[in-house]
Amino acid sequence: MLRALLTVLTLLCLPAAVIAQDLQSILQEHSAQIAKPSRKKIGPALEALAASGLQQAPEFLERWQNKELYQRTEDGLFFYAAKSDAGLDITDIDSAEITEGVDAATLKQIKPNGGVRKAIAQALVQFQLSSPDLQRRQDAVAALAGKLDPAQLGALEASIDGETDPALKIRKQKLVTYLAAKFGDTPEARIKAIDGLAGDISVETRAVLSQILTTKTVASKTEPDANVAVILPMPRDQAYAFLVETQGLPAPVSSDDIRKALEANVVGGKVGTVSTVSLNTDAARIQAYDLLVSEGKAPARVSEADISNALATWQIYDIYDEPNPEITTAAKAAQDEVNTRVNVSQSADLALDAVSLASIYFLAAIGLAITFGVMGVINMAHGEFIMMGAYTGYVVQQLIPNYTVSLIVALPLAFAVTFAAGVAMERLVIRWLYNRPLETLLATFGVSIALQQLAKNIFGTQARPLTSPAWLDGALVFNDVIQISYIRIAIFVLALLFLGLLLFILKRTRLGLETRAVTQNPRMAASMGINPERIKMLTFGLGSGIAGIAGVAIGLYAKVTSEMGSDYIVQSFMTVVVGGVGNIWGTLAGATMIGTLQKGIEWLNPSNTLAAQTYMILFIILFIQFRPKGIVALKGRAAGD
Amino acid sequence: MSQTFITRHPSTLWVLAFLGLFTLLVSVFSEASGVGLISTSFVKTLGKTLCLCLIAIAMDVVWGYCGILSLGHFAFFGIGGYAIGMWLMYARTEAIVTHSLSASVIPPTEVEITDAIGNQIFGVVGSSDFPMIWAFAHSLPLQLLMILLIPGLLALVFGWLAFRSRVTGVYLSILTQAMTLALALYLFQNDSGLRGNNGLSGLQNIPGFEETSQAQISIAFFWASSAALALGYLLFAWVTAGKMGSVIRAIRDDEARVRFLGYHVESYKLFVFTLTAVVSGIAGALYYPQAGIINPAEIAPIASIYLAVWVAIGGRGKLYGAVIGAVFVSLLSSYFTGGSAPDINLGFYVIKWTDWWLVLLGLSFVAVTLLFPGGIASLFDKLTRKS
Repeated sequence: MLRALLTVLTLLCLPAAVIAQDLQSILQEHSAQIAKPSRKKIGPALEALAASGLQQAPEFLERWQNKELYQRTEDGLFFYAAKSDAGLDITDIDSAEITEGVDAATLKQIKPNGGVRKAIAQALVQFQLSSPDLQRRQDAVAALAGKLDPAQLGALEASIDGETDPALKIRKQKLVTYLAAKFGDTPEARIKAIDGLAGDISVETRAVLSQILTTKTVASKTEPDANVAVILPMPRDQAYAFLVETQGLPAPVSSDDIRKALEANVVGGKVGTVSTVSLNTDAARIQAYDLLVSEGKAPARVSEADISNALATWQIYDIYDEPNPEITTAAKAAQDEVNTRVNVSQSADLALDAVSLASIYFLAAIGLAITFGVMGVINMAHGEFIMMGAYTGYVVQQLIPNYTVSLIVALPLAFAVTFAAGVAMERLVIRWLYNRPLETLLATFGVSIALQQLAKNIFGTQARPLTSPAWLDGALVFNDVIQISYIRIAIFVLALLFLGLLLFILKRTRLGLETRAVTQNPRMAASMGINPERIKMLTFGLGSGIAGIAGVAIGLYAKVTSEMGSDYIVQSFMTVVVGGVGNIWGTLAGATMIGTLQKGIEWLNPSNTLAAQTYMILFIILFIQFRPKGIVALKGRAAGD
Repeated sequence: MSQTFITRHPSTLWVLAFLGLFTLLVSVFSEASGVGLISTSFVKTLGKTLCLCLIAIAMDVVWGYCGILSLGHFAFFGIGGYAIGMWLMYARTEAIVTHSLSASVIPPTEVEITDAIGNQIFGVVGSSDFPMIWAFAHSLPLQLLMILLIPGLLALVFGWLAFRSRVTGVYLSILTQAMTLALALYLFQNDSGLRGNNGLSGLQNIPGFEETSQAQISIAFFWASSAALALGYLLFAWVTAGKMGSVIRAIRDDEARVRFLGYHVESYKLFVFTLTAVVSGIAGALYYPQAGIINPAEIAPIASIYLAVWVAIGGRGKLYGAVIGAVFVSLLSSYFTGGSAPDINLGFYVIKWTDWWLVLLGLSFVAVTLLFPGGIASLFDKLTRKS
């Protein structure tokens, strides 16, 4: 039947071959099969329908399937009918003309059975796969992909040539390969299809391959006459437990069983002849138990020798459900290749993750690299400046509903707010403490506590959302393994921008020149006409302002809370210290190292991000022991000592 | 020797005398003596405050005298608490388990008892096996030794690594902070062997004293804390007096110069760091049985920074300054954040102390650092000098 359908379908795809004809006449030709359909005899009727190429055919099949088809007893004509108050409303099959209120007794409903409905459904799929409507074709293919059915292989293959949409055509070819790999007629055909799957790392392909390679575990005394995948190396206990379960060998008696057996046989404070008081060691219990066994009151213990014996007699095998070893070998090879490629992709994905984490750390730490690194001022409130930036973004979003516009407004505004806060803090607190670094640490920590609590008082303790604009939603998908969200890309780009901007400011502008001069020797700089106070104030403002912008970026990617700053502060300091103080390249190196390290450790132990952080910090502590000046160490006088 | 030491440092005598008087007064008015003017929970708060004073003077020695701003001393405090907590929890669970198993028909084997204790303790983190670090938990003397050994060894190794490579100043502060953060993160894991973020609980129940009332237990711990503070104060007063004290203070003021004078600066720093770590461990071991519960959040970096805050507000470089700071700030904090402080109604806005206390604390901290680097103790000194 299938072959015939195929021929027919190929014809169907050539519009010129279609000869106009009406549906009713075709139905009349096969009247007997349609009126009393059976699974075996329905084939020719369906073939004729398909061959007709009539537009009404799919609709007819659907309604037939739904038992809406009726036959008039007097002349044997077919109609669609629906029940109404006055009897039946009948619709002409070709002209769609409706006659209302026909006497129900003159018509006989046609009720195809389950088998027939299945055949009809299959015929319908063929229509859908070749339907002129792209949406219908896509739906049909999606349905097919959801449930791979070998019966539809032919139909699918036939529909490929006529497919006009290139994406859908590729999709159909892929499905054909899957079907052929799983259900192909000859082993050669299957192996060819399986070989075609190697190198494709999509989730679907991996699923198809593992479905071909499903195994079951059996225990056997001799090499089983089947497609053996592997002789399973099992730990002793597990292997014996498997034998107990499958082969009915006696189960080993656990200490728990012994205790229960003894408890069940306590008579008057004694088990047999042994007093219960002495039964507080395993040895005594085993002895008492063995006595019970000799009286036949308990099952004998399985000795270690018995277990060894059993394990020597029985071998545990994994057997492929697929009997043909050539196919499983091919599938295994394909799977290995796919897995290799998946691993490569995963490494690439991991590298992308590491880069994106590094850029977040870089953003969080870059402002600190200026205030701490260039000016030597330790600012524990830096994290709170990040938080202020994020809350600025949140407030702007409340005022401006358009996310894109609000983001464009929020970035400079966050810079302005935190710049002002930084300048204020420098003027009020830090400038009095320039020669007392440890006290700067404590004073700025006081500011940090106060700011954090203020934010809590104003915005509450729950996390506030900072929604990214729609064009930042979603992810850039390379394949089923490698993907990266647009927000992370945006953060990466922002980090690059900042790197460029800061390098430009420090190396190419008047402000940068003066900053470097003040950093290296404030008195000499002052005597050259630079106002060190002003420069320090501006530099501190710049560092703080960048923290604000970083806050907006981090807020887009994580939630905005009053504690978000303290989440980043220790990491930020470590980024700066590991990278090397006083150098923007150093911060970049530090962020890259910490980001890569954290992702790497997480990959080794994916279930436990806390452990990853712990080990990372330990590593950094050790690293600083060996390179106290960081990765990029300043040399000469600029190093400060 | 003792005579001259006391005469050279009369403040030590004053502090000890005051501490003794205070202990006496609290004991007399506590519920344990029958007077009951001071509730048991307040006795516990006072006892805990004494422990905080002990770690505060340790912090003062390491920071105020030696110039090492350690932001990790609460890690040692927490380790001390965990060490005593492990024994308390093990012994109490053992008592409960033995009691419940004694009703069974057949007496339990040792393995069965250990398994049952393991199930009880580690059930919350989905485990039942004792990790390696609990190897000594069954023995009080060994576990008491751990209170001294673990903080001491950790400080020794960490300090040796850090001082050897001449990590100083803010770098060292950040490194110590990283250490305590790493420890806290480690303890937060469920498979750390110390019950993850559940921590150890029920520590206020002392095994072997089930019949004793909490009022009496609390006063006993109060005495112990008071004695520990007195001994710790004497120890540190002695360490910071004499020639060694001079060297330690000289390191704070100019490390390089002391090194050029031929002193082995690293050894002095390592000694101070380790000694204060051990004392912090003892303080923690006394603190947590009074608090009743310990969990990893206690040793988050913020706790160590608060410790620095107390010492700074109280007055660095003077032992009694640290005591004043710890008492003043920790009692005020618990008063204002406990919700018992009355709200101030400004008409247009109601100031809730629970919300605004931290803001006030933060700002006053800035003010103290900027305006009174000597802290409260320096005010005290000015008054005594005038009179």
